[in-house]
Amino acid sequence: MKNFQLKAKILAQTRIKDNYWRCELSAPQIAKNALAGQFINIRVNDGLDPLLRRPLSIHGARGSKIKIFYKVVGKATEILAQKKVGEMLDILGPLGSGFTYPQPAARRSPPPILVAGGMGVAPLIFLAEKLRGVKTTVLIGAKTKGQLLCAWEFKKSGCAVKIATDDGSSGFKGRVSDLLKNLLSASGPSSQPIYACGPKPMLRAVADIANVCGIPAQLSLEEHMSCGIGACLGCVVRTKDGLKRVCKEGPVFLAKDLIW
Amino acid sequence: MQTKFSVEIGKLKLNNPVLAASGTFGYAEEFKDFMDLRKLGAIVTKTLTLKPRQGNPAPRTCETPAGLLNSIGLENPGLEIFIQDKLPFLKKIGIPIIMSIASEEESLEFLELVSRINLIKEVVAVELNISCPNVQGRSNLISQDAESTYKIVQEVRKITDKVLITKLSPNVTSIGAIAEAAEKAGSDAVALINTLGGMSIDVEQRKPKVAAGIAGLSGPAIRPVAVRMVWEVFNKVKIPIIGMGGIMDVSSALEFIIAGATAVSIGTANFINPKISAEIVSGLKEYLTRNKIADIQDLTGSLKICSQR
Ligand SMILES: Cc1cc2nc3c(=O)[nH]c(=O)nc-3n(C[C@H](O)[C@H](O)[C@H](O)COP(=O)(O)OP(=O)(O)OC[C@H]3O[C@@H](n4cnc5c(N)ncnc54)[C@H](O)[C@@H]3O)c2cc1C
Ligand SMILES: Cc1cc2nc3c(=O)[nH]c(=O)nc-3n(C[C@H](O)[C@H](O)[C@H](O)COP(=O)(O)O)c2cc1C
Ligand code: FES
Repeated sequence: MKNFQLKAKILAQTRIKDNYWRCELSAPQIAKNALAGQFINIRVNDGLDPLLRRPLSIHGARGSKIKIFYKVVGKATEILAQKKVGEMLDILGPLGSGFTYPQPAARRSPPPILVAGGMGVAPLIFLAEKLRGVKTTVLIGAKTKGQLLCAWEFKKSGCAVKIATDDGSSGFKGRVSDLLKNLLSASGPSSQPIYACGPKPMLRAVADIANVCGIPAQLSLEEHMSCGIGACLGCVVRTKDGLKRVCKEGPVFLAKDLIW
Repeated sequence: MQTKFSVEIGKLKLNNPVLAASGTFGYAEEFKDFMDLRKLGAIVTKTLTLKPRQGNPAPRTCETPAGLLNSIGLENPGLEIFIQDKLPFLKKIGIPIIMSIASEEESLEFLELVSRINLIKEVVAVELNISCPNVQGRSNLISQDAESTYKIVQEVRKITDKVLITKLSPNVTSIGAIAEAAEKAGSDAVALINTLGGMSIDVEQRKPKVAAGIAGLSGPAIRPVAVRMVWEVFNKVKIPIIGMGGIMDVSSALEFIIAGATAVSIGTANFINPKISAEIVSGLKEYLTRNKIADIQDLTGSLKICSQR
């Protein structure tokens, strides 16, 4: 797939709550080609601080626009949150391999389960939109009810939403991977494909469950990235087929291929 | 006015003096969507070893003030797979390919690698990476010792007619002395600098931010050190210098040339702006025209020394 470098104009920038922001960019070539699970690499300013680009998942794409959804955690995201509508961002994309999902024409496969932990909702919202019309179930995990993200957006895309919070302030009390385990044991032998994005321990738990049940699971991983385009070999993970670059062969990997 | 923009590194003629630095340009294919690769003077491959290498554990990189620490550990597919999978694309570009190579243990590996590379006609030059700080189990780099540098360069020189470039480490007391050893042993050029040894610590976890602990620093943070070293080496040797270390734009590329570099390599900047080398090529041309300089080689080492008071 072809990659682009463009100056993208900020069309909207909204604080969702606390440190969470959603931003809409004009990026025609990227919007046209983006697959759910792919990401863009953003340069937040021309100076030397921060020096490197920052990867953010593509949260949605329609027409000539793409969306990103981010949490302010450090320097670059802080600067990003201060950008105003009309300002330009230098971005690369659509990067990485993305999820593999059935195209609208061939949707006879069993309904998928999406598992999102924390900011993992960002790419999965885009996937849910691509899967519109399929009976998708989404399991969202968060520490508390207050930190729960995107439940309403998933519902809007037609997903059945189930929630897990660490403190039980909403939905199931416990980890989202345990919620997944319960769901799978209640429904009996299943071949519903799993798509997951979230913190590493969560992904690992999801991988274990999927591997035990023999269910195909696609996991979107994160690693520290220096280039985002496959050039530096900084972002590799171990797979059964040797080292792979998260930014190029990933960020999406099959659970059965990963070595933790 | 016709400006001359080509430069010579030994018998190798480059259309322009801008190269992609080893390890920062993949095997070029990664950049094909972002720039016209033919705009480059030459491409230096990621360093290759005879056998495939896994490299170091993650995290392998971290950002530091105006810099980047990396400890990739020379991950590469090994010579055979490189020839099969990566070389065909590089050949098609049609610009000079410089193969960077390293040995894991013995000088024998260098000789074996070079004797095989001798058979690849599209590879015009070999860069001896005797300065990678990220290879485990080696306390000293070859390029930290003038005698060892002399020995290995001389051995390789004996068996190849390819243009020979020796890549030097900044982690030394006197880089001029090492460059002299490489020159005496028959190296056609020296490339400098490789990364500067560095470390960064996560104070909450009290762990190094890069898993290997000590890593190599690159980017604008090391530029003044690199420019100084190019100047020192320029005053010691006659062979051409390929200068690098934190080049981000035209003016930083010019610093190196004025300090004595015949050509420059772009490293970390490729990660930040993947078409930066093409932009630097056109910026250099513009500078020559604006300053009515007929030949870029007239700029090399043209530093005006401030008179002493
Ligand atoms: C493929 C990919 C997709 C991503 N998608 C999103 C997204 O959609 N929304 C979102 O909010 N974030 C996403 N991230 C994470 C995001 O890239 C980082 O939060 C961001 O780079 C932080 O930059 P900063 O300068 O603000 O923070 P920094 O000052 O660089 O770091 C702040 C803290 O975050 C940690 N951190 C920084 N980068 C990463 C990383 N890549 N992985 C793990 N920890 C990191 C640092 O170690 C540090 O503790 C994604 C990361 C990857 C690799
Ligand atoms: C991620 C990374 C990988 C590198 N790998 C190699 C390598 O394999 N061989 C080599 O000779 N130099 C390697 N280098 C060093 C660069 O070629 C260059 O000498 C150094 O980064 C300084 O230039 P810069 O500041 O412009 O990046 C690497 C640098 C980086 C940042
Ligand atoms: S971030 Fe450079 S190879 Fe993936």
